[in-house]
Amino acid sequence: MTPAVEFRGLSKAFKGVIANADLHLQVKKGTIHAIVGENGAGKSTAMKILYGTYQPDRGEIYLDGKLWGGRLKPWASPSDAIQCGIGMVHQHFMLGGPMTALENILLGAELGIESSPSTKSRWSRWTRFLPSFLRPIDYQAARTKLDQIAIQYGMKVDLDAKIEDISVGVQQRIEILKLLYRDAGILILDEPTAVLTQQETDELFVNLKKLCQQGKTILIITHKLKEVMNLASRVTIFRRGRVVAERDIDQTSVEELATLMVGRQVNLQGTVPPRPRLGELALEVKDLSLGGRCPLRNLNFHVQGGEILGIAGVEGNGQTELIQALIHPQDHALGSGQCAIRFFGQDVSHFTTDQIRSLCVGIIPEDRHREGLLLQKSVQDNFLLGLQRRPPFYNKGLISTKKLNSEVRRVMDEYDIRPRSAAVPVSKLSGGNQQKLIIAREFEFPPRFLIAAQPTRGVDVGAIESIHTRLLDARQKGCGILLISSELDEILALSDRILVMYEGNIVAEFQRGQVTEQVLGLRMGGASADV
Amino acid sequence: MKVGKRVFRFFQPVFSVILGLGIGLLITYAAGESPWNVFQIMIKSAFGSRYDLGMTLFYTTPLIFTGLSVAVAFHAGLFNIGGEGQLEVGALVTAAVGICLAGVPFPLAPILGILGGFFGGALWGAIPGWLRARRGSHEVINTIMLNFISAGLCSWVTLYVLKNPDSQNPETASVGAGYLIPQLKFFGEAPVSVAILLALLASVFVWFLLWKTSLGFEIRAVGQNEVAAKAAGIDVGKIRILAMVIAGGLAGLVGVSEVLGYAGRFKIGLSPAYGFMGIAVALLGRSRPLGVVASALLFGALHKGTSDLDFETENVTRDLSLILQAMVILCVSADGLWSFFGKRRKKPESPQSQNVAGSLASTATAPATSAKVKVTP
Amino acid sequence: MIELLVPVFQIITSTFRVSTPLVFAALGGMMSERAGVINIALEGMMLLGAFGGSVVALTLHSPLYGALGAIVFSVVLATVYGFFAIELRANQIVAGTAINMLAAGLTPFLSKILYESSTSTPSLPLELRFQSSPVWVAWGLVFLSWFWMKYTPSGLWVRFAGENPEALDSAGVRVKQVRWAAVLLSGLLAGLGGGSLSIFLSSSFSRNMTAGRGFMALAALIFGKWKPIPTAAACLLFGFFDTLQIRLQGVVLWGDRPVPVQFIQILPYIVTIFVLAGGVGQSKAPKALGLPFVQD
Repeated sequence: MTPAVEFRGLSKAFKGVIANADLHLQVKKGTIHAIVGENGAGKSTAMKILYGTYQPDRGEIYLDGKLWGGRLKPWASPSDAIQCGIGMVHQHFMLGGPMTALENILLGAELGIESSPSTKSRWSRWTRFLPSFLRPIDYQAARTKLDQIAIQYGMKVDLDAKIEDISVGVQQRIEILKLLYRDAGILILDEPTAVLTQQETDELFVNLKKLCQQGKTILIITHKLKEVMNLASRVTIFRRGRVVAERDIDQTSVEELATLMVGRQVNLQGTVPPRPRLGELALEVKDLSLGGRCPLRNLNFHVQGGEILGIAGVEGNGQTELIQALIHPQDHALGSGQCAIRFFGQDVSHFTTDQIRSLCVGIIPEDRHREGLLLQKSVQDNFLLGLQRRPPFYNKGLISTKKLNSEVRRVMDEYDIRPRSAAVPVSKLSGGNQQKLIIAREFEFPPRFLIAAQPTRGVDVGAIESIHTRLLDARQKGCGILLISSELDEILALSDRILVMYEGNIVAEFQRGQVTEQVLGLRMGGASADV
Repeated sequence: MKVGKRVFRFFQPVFSVILGLGIGLLITYAAGESPWNVFQIMIKSAFGSRYDLGMTLFYTTPLIFTGLSVAVAFHAGLFNIGGEGQLEVGALVTAAVGICLAGVPFPLAPILGILGGFFGGALWGAIPGWLRARRGSHEVINTIMLNFISAGLCSWVTLYVLKNPDSQNPETASVGAGYLIPQLKFFGEAPVSVAILLALLASVFVWFLLWKTSLGFEIRAVGQNEVAAKAAGIDVGKIRILAMVIAGGLAGLVGVSEVLGYAGRFKIGLSPAYGFMGIAVALLGRSRPLGVVASALLFGALHKGTSDLDFETENVTRDLSLILQAMVILCVSADGLWSFFGKRRKKPESPQSQNVAGSLASTATAPATSAKVKVTP
Repeated sequence: MIELLVPVFQIITSTFRVSTPLVFAALGGMMSERAGVINIALEGMMLLGAFGGSVVALTLHSPLYGALGAIVFSVVLATVYGFFAIELRANQIVAGTAINMLAAGLTPFLSKILYESSTSTPSLPLELRFQSSPVWVAWGLVFLSWFWMKYTPSGLWVRFAGENPEALDSAGVRVKQVRWAAVLLSGLLAGLGGGSLSIFLSSSFSRNMTAGRGFMALAALIFGKWKPIPTAAACLLFGFFDTLQIRLQGVVLWGDRPVPVQFIQILPYIVTIFVLAGGVGQSKAPKALGLPFVQD
């Protein structure tokens, strides 16, 4: 059986860094084929080559047995891929906020609408002579086709809703509809479940299986091994830019996949020292309600010194709003009403960020590029951020450069931050090193309380261990930690207590060791307690 | 390739000047002149004699002030296009102090004058600073509007309140004798005063402020990434206002060189677009004090150099200087110049979309707007 | 009663006339900014357009050719701006300011070469000027652009280029081309705006005659949330104050002396600041505005 897609000897390098080397791959038609690997293993690159975003340095791609592109003609762009029936749903959705679902689906395909004589739009008589990009879009014909698609594949959305008003799950459905509208036969999905709730993930899987039955070939890039076992029929494992193995799903297991992905035995459960004696009440949140993208409703919780409170939840369920309320309370006019936020017994509803930090509250932000770093400035300048008015670096208005220099050097050694140069712009550091720098900074004056939001996002495996160790260390020394993460493993491993946030509410509370991953995942997805 | 790129970035200001001047001079073909001839006239006019050199320095002084003004604002992530208005108000206040408190003796008098100039400019800078910090309206449009407003207000004050009783000229009465600052006689008739020393002092002050004090660090942090600065506890609004106050004040010090060091009074139209030239100066100097001084000298020379063109050529006027400056600014700000010419040879590709932050941020000195946070004009 | 109506009617017609350059310029700004390119250079493009319009109208003895001339001059400048902003990825505010300086220097420079005077060009007699057509053209364009943005593919592309250019790119449309088209269009419109200054509202070109109108157009754009009809309405507001300013000069309002002319002249600028300080439109800006698009 000719494979729907075949790679032969595909290679790609960016400025000397090898992203893909000599890839050989076969994908059977009408199946769901998973591509797994760690961050940076080259899976996205390979799929982007298939989609035409990148051009390979060497190698060939065969679609249905026919050589694609030809030896001398390079892949020009995604438009070529789209014409060959290949479609891709990216990790970060390609949607325009204030535009409607219909407009987003039609983007780039407005001109290819074949109106049958019976559905000629009312304008066409007058506008035939206009160039195609000025001709009014035939929305009616598009709606008709989309109705047919809805019937055939069971995927339907409100076409007139604006993207900025709809949920992530529906946005993803629109992305898939884009592909179906263009009659894609091969669908590539890049980390599709990263931002979905459990429920939305289940729905997605049902839809994907339906698409398969209709003859579509689906390639799914993911690092979530359990999902791979549930969804795919065959899996290819990438490591360091190469294909290291292929397996049929019914002949492998999560453990084997993990080992193949990483290249060594992976210890999926670390060891955690017992919790120290609990200290004072570090953080107390009472009746916190807040508007926002995901409004918070009457949150009540507390964190004591020496414990890690983990807040589990899929992104977008209010965690960002919560953090913003804790860090920038004065922006949110929290003083009015009954709600109260107290750090160490002090009401901070009117506090500025500076005042909160002076209570020895440290913050590891969710999005370090946006909230934690000055990307173009040096490592040294970034270390100083937030500390520029703290002695010994601050002396009567002036910055004490000598003390700063020596401290930065010491810190870089202690936290193993590479490259070992304080003058390097921080944008050149890897994610893990950037995060270590932020932690070094926040721990410089030992915090009594730490807000750690997605602390290991975009961080390589080696640095993850180091960061977790630091957090546990702080906990041993009596620091209270609010850990917010969408990585179940991280929450389960580190937290002494776990709260689950869903749609702005706290829907569950568990003690360490009293909950399994499945139950946690279900609660994160909004399932009620009696399931 | 990497070494080449770094060399390019270091010399980019020089390349840009050469490129910009070259293109600008070529335009004089249209006026029926020989660009080389024009160039020679300009060089002679800028450096030919002690007097010429003096005049060049006389123009350089206000350019250092306005250049520093724009530079400080850039570091805070703000575009100060209002140098024109700020220097006008500063100069007027300097004159007003000198007129209303005419009896004060030297050396207290010029100190008052300096303070007055700084205060006037600072006030005119505080307004857009406050508007940006507290109302979110972009300073580009506000500062330009204030330029027009200050022109009107200063005009009224000059003609109706402080008018010179002895003349029909649109100028104020003269300041008290104690206010005039010493001239540097070395340059003959050119009105080069100790104001140039004040300008150099100001640049040292700016360097010290931005790189040695915590406030300066906070200003630079806000300019780099206001979200991160805010999360670190910095009061972004307050810093922005402070930065504009300092920037405005620096521009206001032009009053020292123009009023106390030259005319002895405020004259309407005293500025041949020093405020706008300050933008070019700051960009070329990459918002660094040393660079600002150097490029102020260059633009001062440019300004003097084009002044004789009215006489020496038939058709070229000193408006050429604006054209030349514009070309230099364009070339300096063209960040993608390297990769544009590099692309001709092979397509450079990078796997990550950090392009946005990266490409914006390396623009000469103009503030880096972080990818999701921007205020539009 | 009738005596009251006449001046009111005059003020209304005057407002429409006086806001015409603003409407053109603001539409131009909208084209460019909706596609994601900040356009500080409107002022300069208008200025050069005003100059070009005057020159061509004088030389070819026709306001229509004058308008075409205005467009040509302005589009040339827009091309320079587009090259630096889109291809070379210069900071758009900086490049825009440079373009304004370039125009401010070029116009007297060229004027001196052609007419011996760097302050103004010769006057156009009344027959060679537009009487009222620019007003109709401007408002016609307002509605046309509303329709175009909402219902045509190119309008959709422009909107995406400003909101999420990656989405546009991944849909197979060349973002750069769309942005170039938008910038050139904005040049065209700014040129018409300038032309309506020198061939319609006055009889010649004079140095710096735009007097900040390009920036007021931007303020109108922000106030109008980047949508054609509210923006045009905002232009009317500014035009109203401009009209008022002309009419109030020499008029005695309080006491026995007329309000100083300088105070009245600065009125439109003060209004602009207040309008912007209302803080309305910032959040509605196209999301990718000002960010150069770099192809992966």
